[in-house]
Amino acid sequence: MRYKKSTSDQLDATFFALADPTRRAILKRLASGEVAVMDLAKPFAMSQPAISKHLKVLEKAGLVSRVQDAQKRPCRLEGKPLEEANRWLEEYRKFWEIRYGHLDELLEELKATRRPKRNSSKRKKE
Amino acid sequence: MSLSKNVKVVAKGEKEIVMTRSFQANRELVFDCFTKPELLKRWLFGPDGWILSLCEVDLRIGGKYRYVWKREENGTEMGAGGVYKKIDKPELLVCTEKFEETWYPGEALLTNEFVSEGNRTNLIVTILYESKEARDMVLKSPMEGGVEQSYNRLANLLDTVSISQESK
Repeated sequence: MRYKKSTSDQLDATFFALADPTRRAILKRLASGEVAVMDLAKPFAMSQPAISKHLKVLEKAGLVSRVQDAQKRPCRLEGKPLEEANRWLEEYRKFWEIRYGHLDELLEELKATRRPKRNSSKRKKE
Repeated sequence: MSLSKNVKVVAKGEKEIVMTRSFQANRELVFDCFTKPELLKRWLFGPDGWILSLCEVDLRIGGKYRYVWKREENGTEMGAGGVYKKIDKPELLVCTEKFEETWYPGEALLTNEFVSEGNRTNLIVTILYESKEARDMVLKSPMEGGVEQSYNRLANLLDTVSISQESK
């Protein structure tokens, strides 16, 4: 769970960018290849400027880059920050793994203390 | 204790994720560990350095619970709480969950099922979240391959993950 500051800043940017359904949908679209901004706007009930605003957020977070040499400057998905985010989510799973690990230990202890004594008449069943 | 993948996290339906884990104990004990403050405090704290400093449980339908976690090193606190919706000891515990400081909107509905299997208990936690919109976008967008799975998982978890203080 402990990241260096730069990684933490990147995660903040990534998760901020991902915290919007339109931006997530744009990323999904780009995952199948480069797309021009004009074409990117098509599946959304949104104007091109509105899409461009979302793109700026994604670009700022480093999740999307614009191809320089082509005239249309299509958008391209940058996978690395997402990998980083996925790794963070894996940490989330580990977070629960640790908690449940504590619970395992506690359960063992409780089983030992609650186990009926050998000569107990309260014992319900073998 | 190894960190092998004992906890499974999967997506279900339109706006749910399901987390499962098995415990070597009967479900009465496991249920108690989820509902008695003195027991909750002993496991529900997470990584080293954090403690569950406040744990209030009013275990009845409509009753509230509140947890406050504290990082001993610098005093950082994080609170969460909710209301019990259904209590069927030792099989079922349904409650809402809302984090006091979080970036995801709304509250989640948690269904904790305790299922006996021999002398083990399988815990099935279903988290139903409010934001259907995000999931719909995921479903509408045609995608293929591993990237999709990874993004779906990401999108699903983004609506439920709430330990944002860990990244700060």
